[in-house]
Amino acid sequence: MNTPLWEVFVRTRNGLAHKHAGSVHAADATMALQAARDVYTRRGEGLSLWVVPSNAIVASDPADRDMLFEPTGSKIYRHPTFYEVPDEVGHM
Amino acid sequence: MPPAPSRKERRRFPSFLRPMTTTSIAVEESPRIRTLLALADDALILGHRISEWTGHAPTLEEELAFANIALDLIGQARALYQATGQNEDELAYLRDPHRFRNALIAELPNGDFAFTIVRLFLVSVASDQFWRSAVQNDDPDIAAIAAKAQKETAYHVRHAADWLVRLGDGTAESHRRAQNALDALWPYTGDIVDRDAWLQAVAPVLARATLTQPAEGWMQPSGRDGRHTEHLGHLLAEMQILPRTYPGATW
Amino acid sequence: MYSQALNTRDTSTDSSPEAIRFQARIDDEQRIEPNDWMPEAYRRTLIRQISQHAHSEIVGMLPEGNWITRAPSLRRKAALLAKVQDEGGHGLYLYSAAETLGVAREDLEDQLLSGRAKYSSIFNYPTLSWADIGTIGWLVDGAAIMNQIPLCRCSYGPYARAMIRVCREESFHQRQGYEIVLTLCRGTTEQKAMAQDALDRWWWPCLMMFGPPDTDSLHSDTSMRWKIKRFSNDGLRQKFVDATVPQGHFLGLTFPDPELRFDETEGHWQFGAIDWDEFRAVLSGNGPCNRERLEARRKAHDDGAWVREAALAHAAKQRKTA
Repeated sequence: MNTPLWEVFVRTRNGLAHKHAGSVHAADATMALQAARDVYTRRGEGLSLWVVPSNAIVASDPADRDMLFEPTGSKIYRHPTFYEVPDEVGHM
Repeated sequence: MPPAPSRKERRRFPSFLRPMTTTSIAVEESPRIRTLLALADDALILGHRISEWTGHAPTLEEELAFANIALDLIGQARALYQATGQNEDELAYLRDPHRFRNALIAELPNGDFAFTIVRLFLVSVASDQFWRSAVQNDDPDIAAIAAKAQKETAYHVRHAADWLVRLGDGTAESHRRAQNALDALWPYTGDIVDRDAWLQAVAPVLARATLTQPAEGWMQPSGRDGRHTEHLGHLLAEMQILPRTYPGATW
Repeated sequence: MYSQALNTRDTSTDSSPEAIRFQARIDDEQRIEPNDWMPEAYRRTLIRQISQHAHSEIVGMLPEGNWITRAPSLRRKAALLAKVQDEGGHGLYLYSAAETLGVAREDLEDQLLSGRAKYSSIFNYPTLSWADIGTIGWLVDGAAIMNQIPLCRCSYGPYARAMIRVCREESFHQRQGYEIVLTLCRGTTEQKAMAQDALDRWWWPCLMMFGPPDTDSLHSDTSMRWKIKRFSNDGLRQKFVDATVPQGHFLGLTFPDPELRFDETEGHWQFGAIDWDEFRAVLSGNGPCNRERLEARRKAHDDGAWVREAALAHAAKQRKTA
């Protein structure tokens, strides 16, 4: 039997969201977390770690990309630059 | 090159008795230096042993884990040697085996993965307890080293304990190997200073690992007086070969 | 550390709409991601190249690991251990990238251990003196960097991202190697001789690392078109020689190539003929250390089997009681 695969997410020092870093193999969650620490934070890159069983991730289908993401591209009124405010009003 | 012996000297000594130069150094050991050397030698020798796993560990993840631990220990050793005020490399590379102050348990060969993990666990629990109290040490050098080392050692304890539980409570084979290692290593834990506190930390992990705690029987001497196992000589012969072969060279 | 040039035959006769769209995305410098449609040959080529690269990192731990216990100062010992550990880490990142293509690391490892997979020929040479550790950092890592920087822009997203991480971490490797050689060259007569001997033994194998000459390569076309590879073997090799020769001269070392000379008009260092018979022999298993390297990997794998089984057995027990 193969050792399960875990996806590793690291939150770096700059306080941003957790970001995908790669994966590790481990028999259980505890060891996966330690492996993630030992592999992906060797240069002080991390403040917080997540490990997620790789098979627990549900991904959108690339074939659906147009259907899922195209329609929002045309809704320019969602963006602040769509609206005109006179310069005299200042920053808004 | 030492000067060639004079004719008079040659007559006085047969060749095998002629005085030879040596690269070995001896250290004046005040109680403070003695303490520092004991701590440093423990860290260096155990770190060296763990580094021997590089390229041969059971999983790739464990390669990285072991290297991290070895690097922590070698780093601790360097800081401690430096705190003696002497040259770290001379202390590591030019002392003879009988001048090393490490505990015997650190120098035993790695054995299998179970042996390495059990040793790391037993030693790290003791180190962890020592470093945590040493943060308050009157010696500012030791206190400063402890502040860093206690965090490293806390992780070593966790990593070793988690593995120990998995080996003890894994398969019949892993249980057997872990128990064998524990039985073999127990007599090398005699010099742990605060044994009650140590036993209190060790026992619950052994229980979770379904391992039998060996009886408190005969113990090996500590090794801190310089009487070591046969293994330390080989370890140092390998480790020291370059500085010993090329005295005075810079690397 | 390094992926040796591949031999990929051009099989992309596929003119399906997907294939055309795929190529258009590549031409547009877009990244391909794991779930995207891709030609089977692209997937196979990547799995082979990435896993070969990963194997090279893992086998590459052995020749340098050979000197961890004999490093001549504590500073050198820590640096070497950290470097060899990085190589293990890089192997791991690369296996991770390969696994996004639908293969398991265990299967890839199995290909290595059974001798079916290749890895860089350079790691089948022995490390005989401490100078070899410096020389490997300087030359082998130097060659690897030449090869790896373009891979940071490889069309396959996970591979490119792994390579960015690898390149970022590897920047200290070449410098630590050069510093070792420099220290030897400024040292005693014996130390300098050690450095020269190491250069004599490693120079030609390092030039072979870039793979067979472009005239012999079956592959470059497809890999270039797919932007898995961006420079030719000979192009990278020349770049490496041009960068390295002045560094060697600064050290006061002599390259073991009587034909080495600077061509003013071309602006390049010209070098003698590479012994490709030796390269082929080493690649096919007949190098000085091929058998030892694989044997060491097999032993680690076999000796670790009970450990991996124990971890899985414990996890299964925990799930049952949960």
